[in-house]
Amino acid sequence: MQRTLRVTSYLAIALVIFFVVMAFLVNLTPLGENTWLRVFFSVSALNFTLRASVPLILGALCGILCERTGIINIGIEGMMLAGAFAAFVAKTSTNHWPLMPSLLFGVAIALLVGGLMGLLHAIFSIRYRMDQIISGTVLIILAGGVSAYLFDRNAVAQGKFGAIAIPGLSQIPVLGEVLFTNPPLTYTALILVVVIHIGLFYTRWGLRSRACGEHPRAADTVGVNVNRFRYMNTVLGGMLAGLAGGFLVLEAVGQFQEGMTAGRGFISLAAMIFGNWMPFGAMGAALLFGYTQALQNELLLAGVTTVPRQFVSMIPYVVTIVAVSGFVGRVRPPAAEGKVYETEGESE
Amino acid sequence: MRLSVLRRIGYMVLIPILAVFSALLLGAIIMWIFGDDPLAAYRGLWTGAFGSPRAWSTTIRKMTPLILTGLSVAVAFKAGLFNIGASGQFLIGSVCSVAVGVNFEGLPAFVHLPLALLAGVAGGVLWGFIPGALKVFTGAHEVIVTIMLNYVASLFAAWTVYAGGTQGQTPGPLWDRTAGAISRTPEVFMSARLPWIVPEPYRIHWGVAIALLVALIMWWILFKTTLGFSTRTVGANSKAARYAGINVRWITILTMMIAGGLAGLAGAIETLGLNHRFAPEFTGGVGFQGITVALLGQTNPIGVVLAAFLLGALEAGAARMQFDSGVAADIIQVIQALVLAFVAAPLIIRQIYRIRKPSDQVETTVFSTGWGR
Repeated sequence: MQRTLRVTSYLAIALVIFFVVMAFLVNLTPLGENTWLRVFFSVSALNFTLRASVPLILGALCGILCERTGIINIGIEGMMLAGAFAAFVAKTSTNHWPLMPSLLFGVAIALLVGGLMGLLHAIFSIRYRMDQIISGTVLIILAGGVSAYLFDRNAVAQGKFGAIAIPGLSQIPVLGEVLFTNPPLTYTALILVVVIHIGLFYTRWGLRSRACGEHPRAADTVGVNVNRFRYMNTVLGGMLAGLAGGFLVLEAVGQFQEGMTAGRGFISLAAMIFGNWMPFGAMGAALLFGYTQALQNELLLAGVTTVPRQFVSMIPYVVTIVAVSGFVGRVRPPAAEGKVYETEGESE
Repeated sequence: MRLSVLRRIGYMVLIPILAVFSALLLGAIIMWIFGDDPLAAYRGLWTGAFGSPRAWSTTIRKMTPLILTGLSVAVAFKAGLFNIGASGQFLIGSVCSVAVGVNFEGLPAFVHLPLALLAGVAGGVLWGFIPGALKVFTGAHEVIVTIMLNYVASLFAAWTVYAGGTQGQTPGPLWDRTAGAISRTPEVFMSARLPWIVPEPYRIHWGVAIALLVALIMWWILFKTTLGFSTRTVGANSKAARYAGINVRWITILTMMIAGGLAGLAGAIETLGLNHRFAPEFTGGVGFQGITVALLGQTNPIGVVLAAFLLGALEAGAARMQFDSGVAADIIQVIQALVLAFVAAPLIIRQIYRIRKPSDQVETTVFSTGWGR
């Protein structure tokens, strides 16, 4: 177990270095004349990758928070859609405000509604002992229905977050363009990966959360209130998924469309699993999946038509199936996931 | 003894009825909050679903695929498996049946039609076999695998009918060459179409008879055969089943194959009976609704038929409701989500209506015992 982890992390680091070197070479030397290399390593491909990955990263972090405490969450898609719709409503109803406050208000409402979706999931699965997978399904259908029912097709959101160049760092060739010239929610997502990693593995909260997911009885025995942790983390997770929705509306697209999450919640789930329920692993997987979307785009732009784009799109899903089947380095979910926890003698 | 059996059956019927009632009530409250007239909406819904022979035919048409996808999910539930992949199996079933339907011109109908239907079933069976086999041999959880396969299926289906692009991308193998830039298949040959029971304008095809017959067969298999008994035993307690000498692995794979085949048949019937072609805008949404149907029908084939009838009526009435009352048809989806929530958590219903549960009734059906195993 430990060994596989080490091998994969070396591999990941090697891959990152390879990408950085190639990106420098392709964008700064005549190597960029080669169509295939440009497709794979151009600045636009890498930028697109990051943009496509942000909602996946946030969604995967949502999944990690919930599942590490033992609540299966396949409803990320629904939470994300609810967040997106809430952000849109908040933005359109404050169009007359100055741009920044209006956008920040949108983010706040997206967080709030995402959190409420998380709370609903927690109430269903903890208080009412609903099967957690069905509860997730309910969230997905509910978010789709409510957002379509309330969607005012004439409303237009004005403006979205623009890129903020970080002084100094953004001057680095290639890297500066890709990493340090981004809109605020992108930075937020990357920072959250670090925060949640540290939170989960180096704080008391993280240790207790993970205990609730691995062995709730033991956690209970030492005085951790298992269900309170589960409530708290599911709400937090919902907020992250809501933020992912907010990103789509307030930073990426600028408008809302029905069903605009388009399966990103499920790809997040895939990224979480592929990343072995670890924040950095999930980020790596999300970047990989974002990269497949960027590739499709670049292939189209470069006029390469030999690979049907549908097959490129399949990669994240197929890769996830391969990963859960344990063909390449087995992933291991938290042990007590999906099980209702009752303190002894509580069962009605 | 007799009384307790009666009470259990009563409980099984009462929960779904109260769930639907509560969902409609809550839906009405939501409509009222957002300034719509719930009474007008439900009147329109009723007219659209049952108000005329035309309305009845729409209800029946909408019910048909739901019976099969509902059965697909229900059968898997019986074996303790969660088939969230009915929509992918549905799509693959559609594409496979079309692939046979648009080829083999000149075959007599009594060969061509069964062949096309079988192709749909076979596609679904394959799409169910993958998660079943992966679960048994590698421990991959069927929920993850079927979700992922849904996307693979819809991308695959989109590719087969892809019209190619402006930059000379290769069109998909089933693309209709006369359709220009539109991605779709040609219409299937007359010999591969399900005939109408009641022709235009009612458009009820033999698919509904097939679906009802299949429901009956599934009931018989589940409750009257050794296979069904083994399946239910595996679902109730797979350890006990193993000690009793039941081949749990084989039952798991077989159940997923049957579930896939049922959803695939739904896709084939919908395509050969109604649409006569495949286009990317046909989604496997009915596969997702199958979850609601299965749980509303308490995973019993007869219950599934009733639940499919109810959801079919909701779907059928939605358009008329929007036309008559101006309430967006999307509220139906909200109501369906509420129905699912209430049937999946009987505890909510029991608390609202203060119903005591029969002592020997299992409270919740928990299928998800973590991802990995």
